[in-house]
Amino acid sequence: MRKNRNGNSSASAERLEKARTGIAGFDEVTNGGVPKGRPSIVCGGPGCGKTMFAVEFLVRGATEYNEPGVLMTFEETSEEMTKNVASLGFDLKGLAARKKLVLEYVRIEPAEIHETGEYDLEGLFIRLQHAVDRIGAKRVVLDTVEAIFSGFANTGLLRAEIRRLFRWLKDRGLTTVVTAEKGEGSLTRYGLEEYVSDCVIFLDHRVTEQVSTRRMRVVKYRGASHIADEIPFLIDERGFSVLPSSSMKLDHAVSSERISSGVNDLDDMLEGKGFYRGSSILVSGTAGSGKSTLAAHFAQQTCRGGERCLYVAFEESAAQAMRNMRSIGIDLEKYVKKGLLRFEAWRPTQSGLEMHLLQIHKLVEQHNPATVIIDPLTSLMVDGTNQLHAMLMRLIDFLKTRQITSFFTALTSGRNKEIEETDVRISSLIDTWIFARDVELNGERNRCIYVLKSRGMANSNQVREFVMSKNGIRLLPVYVGSGTVLTGSARLSQEARERADNMLRQQTKEEQRRVLEGKRKALEAQIEAMRSEFAEEEARVALVTQQEKQRERDISRDMLEMVSFRAGARQGKAGGQNGRVGDEHGS
Amino acid sequence: MGAKANTTKKVKASANGNANVRLMELRLYVAGQTPKSLAALANLKKICAEHLEGRYKLYVIDLLKTPQLAQNDQILAIPTLVRKLPEPIRKIIGDLSDQNKVLVGLNLLETEGVK
Repeated sequence: MRKNRNGNSSASAERLEKARTGIAGFDEVTNGGVPKGRPSIVCGGPGCGKTMFAVEFLVRGATEYNEPGVLMTFEETSEEMTKNVASLGFDLKGLAARKKLVLEYVRIEPAEIHETGEYDLEGLFIRLQHAVDRIGAKRVVLDTVEAIFSGFANTGLLRAEIRRLFRWLKDRGLTTVVTAEKGEGSLTRYGLEEYVSDCVIFLDHRVTEQVSTRRMRVVKYRGASHIADEIPFLIDERGFSVLPSSSMKLDHAVSSERISSGVNDLDDMLEGKGFYRGSSILVSGTAGSGKSTLAAHFAQQTCRGGERCLYVAFEESAAQAMRNMRSIGIDLEKYVKKGLLRFEAWRPTQSGLEMHLLQIHKLVEQHNPATVIIDPLTSLMVDGTNQLHAMLMRLIDFLKTRQITSFFTALTSGRNKEIEETDVRISSLIDTWIFARDVELNGERNRCIYVLKSRGMANSNQVREFVMSKNGIRLLPVYVGSGTVLTGSARLSQEARERADNMLRQQTKEEQRRVLEGKRKALEAQIEAMRSEFAEEEARVALVTQQEKQRERDISRDMLEMVSFRAGARQGKAGGQNGRVGDEHGS
Repeated sequence: MGAKANTTKKVKASANGNANVRLMELRLYVAGQTPKSLAALANLKKICAEHLEGRYKLYVIDLLKTPQLAQNDQILAIPTLVRKLPEPIRKIIGDLSDQNKVLVGLNLLETEGVK
């Protein structure tokens, strides 16, 4: 103990070595497992799973870390224990046969024991030593050692012996898990945690609103950082699993790859490319606004591309959902058969939130999908949104680190048109948020859809009308005019009206065109007429000019003749002039 | 377990052949020569001599030498005296210093009373 304390005071000098338990999630929570070569206590109430924890610690040690173990039970016989854990797939008998495990049942029967005088529990030590020696064990489980308190009267002696036992285990470097029953107002009924100073783990199994949840808390872990929060865990047919805590850092790798939503019109609204791979998508809306249909399209799209999809439904059975999707032309069954689509449906009230989360984790581990659909998320809100928020954060973190695109639907009451508070709370976790809602107008309900936000892309700001048909979904641009958004028949009638108007306008235009054409023709005719008139005039002018010239010529000839006639006497003077006129005449 | 006589020290006192007397089979589990173990053995011998003369078989089993024998009789405490026969099995733990308690534990006081 003293040595240990020294080691602790200078933390870096003597780092506590850890032994991996192999229990899913636990080693992450504790940064490596339980203290190596030392005893740890796992305590909790009846049925909290401490025995399961302890047994899995041994089995994983034996099978995965080559560390044989001794399972010393005080309450259950070896046969009972073997049977109990067989349901988790642990074959204790097989391990024992392969010398990986020793099952040692310590029966304490108070009725047949009489105490006379001094004694100690050396027999227990001898048996433990013998068991350890038989297989060279590195790990030990004592389940539940405090049962000895029921068999012997001298508690002072028992305490001393238990202290000695823990010391003994530590001296031999045996990594030990000691289970202990929870006490009133204390971690363990007999205060065993006093003797084990290195690691104390508390398991809790509580029922809230008829739903049971299992939680784990690392109460104490000397010399090591650990997460002190309560952490959900699960025990099922594959053993114990602790929910990996959400990482504090937002440092998952991001992809700029885009994947289609499965609805072309919706892709159009998202830059024509769809979602980012590994992003989180929320479709929230009122009942019957088409959320599941969108989800089904997305599932189909994923599988069509040969990728795997995990579809978790909380409202419909697999068969029912598939039938319904067939009615809008989506055949999901085909992909289930191909093994691409894993369709899991269970009731949300079946278990607590963490259980759902763990279940999803496990399914993701098993199926290794590219996309995960949860429909609807809001079904999980059994015990408050805060929890849902925490759970969702864990889930999204988990999925993002694996580049899995998550698609959630959320049911909103639709009572108020405003976005609901619950949605707002989870909004920060969501990358692309699509809002579907009903618009009630003119005696009918129509579905509208719009992209509320989409991180990292210039998404459309349009509200579109969501129309379901046998051929799937279409998102039609709604009629936006005169300050209102019209959908459904109102939109149709408006469109019809517009068509009529258009036609009318078209007709008018035609008419006008004809009139203009006529006018143009008339004008052209006029121009033609004028032109011919002009030509005529021109011809006349030419004629007149010619006549004029002729006349002039005639006149000048006459004049010349007259001159020549009169100038018989002065011939010489007028000779040159005569010649010139004669030339002119000749030309 | 009697077959493992080679590893157990037989301190059998004489069985005087009286067929009416049921033989009591006793095993004393010890771990080495500790004071408690030695005291237990001494006390037991005394009791046997006084109350069970000729009617008992006693095996002393040292678990340091034969640890594998601890499981069958579900030994935890050292020393433990196990009355294997007659049934039911009874266990008396401690150094057997309180003779009365040992007699009660072995169900011998009643027998005394009947005598």
